[in-house]
Amino acid sequence: MTGSLAGAAGAAPAAAHAVARAVAAPVTALPAVGVQRAAWLLLAFPMAGAAILLLGGRRTNRWGHLVGVAMPLAAFCYGVVAFIAMLGYPANQRSRVLTLFTWIHVARFDVPVGLQLDQLSICFVLLTTGVGSLIHIFAVGYMSHDPERRRFFGYMNLFVASMLLLVLADNYLVLYVGWEGVGLASYLLIGFWQYKPAAAVAAKKAFVVNRIGDAGFSVAIMLMFAVFGSVTFAGVFGQAGKAGQGVVTALGLLLLLGACGKSAQLPLQSWLLDAMEGPTPVSALIHAATMVTAGVYLIVRSGPIFDLSSNARLLVTIVGAATLLFGALISCAKDDIKKALAGSTMSQIGYMMLGAGLGPPGYPFAIALLLAHGFFKAGLFLGAGSIKHEMNDEVDMRRLGGLRTVMPITFVTFFTCYLAIIGVPPFSGFFAKDTIIDAAFGKGGTSGAILGTAALIGAGLTAFYMTRVMYMTFAGERRWDPHAHPHEVPPIMTSPMILLAIGAVVWGGYEILGDRLAHFLGPVTGFVPPEPAIFSAAGIAALVLVAAGIALGWAMYGRRPVPAVAPAAGFPVTAARRELYGDAFDEAVFMRPGQWLTRLSVYFDNRGVDGLVNTLAATVGGTSGRLRRVQTGFVRSYALSMFVGAVLLVGGALLLVRI
Amino acid sequence: MSPSHFVALAVILFVIGAVGVLVRRNAMVIFMCVELMLNAVNLAFVAFARQQGNLDGQVIAFFVMVVAAAEVVVGLAILMTIFRARRSASVDEANLLKY
Repeated sequence: MTGSLAGAAGAAPAAAHAVARAVAAPVTALPAVGVQRAAWLLLAFPMAGAAILLLGGRRTNRWGHLVGVAMPLAAFCYGVVAFIAMLGYPANQRSRVLTLFTWIHVARFDVPVGLQLDQLSICFVLLTTGVGSLIHIFAVGYMSHDPERRRFFGYMNLFVASMLLLVLADNYLVLYVGWEGVGLASYLLIGFWQYKPAAAVAAKKAFVVNRIGDAGFSVAIMLMFAVFGSVTFAGVFGQAGKAGQGVVTALGLLLLLGACGKSAQLPLQSWLLDAMEGPTPVSALIHAATMVTAGVYLIVRSGPIFDLSSNARLLVTIVGAATLLFGALISCAKDDIKKALAGSTMSQIGYMMLGAGLGPPGYPFAIALLLAHGFFKAGLFLGAGSIKHEMNDEVDMRRLGGLRTVMPITFVTFFTCYLAIIGVPPFSGFFAKDTIIDAAFGKGGTSGAILGTAALIGAGLTAFYMTRVMYMTFAGERRWDPHAHPHEVPPIMTSPMILLAIGAVVWGGYEILGDRLAHFLGPVTGFVPPEPAIFSAAGIAALVLVAAGIALGWAMYGRRPVPAVAPAAGFPVTAARRELYGDAFDEAVFMRPGQWLTRLSVYFDNRGVDGLVNTLAATVGGTSGRLRRVQTGFVRSYALSMFVGAVLLVGGALLLVRI
Repeated sequence: MSPSHFVALAVILFVIGAVGVLVRRNAMVIFMCVELMLNAVNLAFVAFARQQGNLDGQVIAFFVMVVAAAEVVVGLAILMTIFRARRSASVDEANLLKY
């Protein structure tokens, strides 16, 4: 991507923002040197882990989980080394490519398998391996009683490896391989307890819904090949400016479709809540470190394409804004703690998509929220996991309550992450989310006002539903199952939660000091922000709404006791409990007509096509079966028929002659 | 005697032969009836040749005789074989070649 390109395309929406424009010199990826030449280790470690655990079989049962934890940790250590090496380069030379080998070489079409280490991908590498490793460590304790723990760690390593391939690829085709690997790993992990029908169905649903997005992405890659003759980032972005508006918009929309599938954005959001059937560490991994962030990565990475099509970009913001409200509304009514958190993920990813759709001014903030979200959402999910672990798999918050004194460490870490997600300063969510709200208003025009307002309302809703989760889980009376005897979870599970909570706090401090991340990402996103106003008008409005949300949550769930059975509710609450009829809509609009179509096709095939052929065959067969009775074997009857024939012939001939 | 008498005789002989082929079971008799039909046709040919005043019909009669002779040789051989195999010359019993 070139600086001039980004500057030209980013100027329009950012005009009202009065920003200092990108100053980045043209960035071309340099070959990796020194320690970064070993970047393949990032993939090799988790892949080796997955191979050892999945191919090694039962003999690795005893020590398998140790390998499973060591591999992402090793990748993380290398990621830190590579990151430090990157910081040693000047800002415009930090994009490095390590070409491993040529995968496809046909005529003038080349697909090298290359790893691109730049500011954007290193963020994802550190998030995936860092948070991923913590989740792995947690899972050692969480899955300690599961006889299939070794297989679980094999899949988890596969998940991490696929995600790393996805973010490190230097072309769309290899990215797609990682993309599909993530889909496969999520399928295997969501359905890890496949003996539960709900888990098997949820895994299938996640896979099928993802396929829709994947189809869009694959068509986008084909379109790139057809139009540009190249699928590498450099090749596509270099020629994108010369392509027609229609092509660029189509590419943008197809990439958005792909991103919607992986990131559970409207209209492909339905799989995310069902995916809670998987073990809780999987939920944490999907929601914080891998999978759902892939869509945001794809949009940000494809920035040069979206920069050229304001329509595609507008649709990204609309999808993001709609999803952030959609997810938040669902979260407000869910009694299942994991599903409440899942709706929250949908909503937070909606924020990121909104930010990514705003173009260069939004990219760094989308990534900032993504990283912050990685910490606090992983912390929240691990907290939910340890509660589930101690409460005999109880996830209904109406049967929890009063856990604050019983599980103090879980409570404190959960509470820290809670403050981070609702956006209380100085925790990370405040800086990350408010910058997105600012940027949305900064877009200007009616669309900017609408998007900004949606994001503001989302902030209030976030505060409400998270306060609700806090009160229902940790405060109030104990509405437990009498057989539950919860204690604090062992240190192997608390320590990752503590680290994640610290991350959720520290990341806020890191953000506050001069927009470091935005400057760091500048050469990739083509945007260097002005000095930030920490408390902008929108930020203050968001804080007021957050306070209102907390107050409402307290009034509804803190002040009065929570009924142990969900009370009957009016339309809005019922709608939110049923996920705003997302499944009902899919069922009515896609599934049932689809079933009718298949039934119709089967009927047409059986009765129409087969019927025609079968009737013909039966007619011929039946007729010949009857006709063959004529062959009696009696010579004299043959002779008679010959005579009759001859008489008829002669008689006919005579008649003809006479006439 | 006009040629029509010969033709009438030929028709009578042919019908006798045809009926014989259709109603008799003995292969030998059927065979002789076939010969009768052939000779009825020969008679008709010769009669018509006489009426037309050319030799075409007589030549065809010779052809028919030659063909009949060849047919007798092959036909009798088949008949012998069937009789040896089945101890019977009834055509109704040799009915294996059927549906």
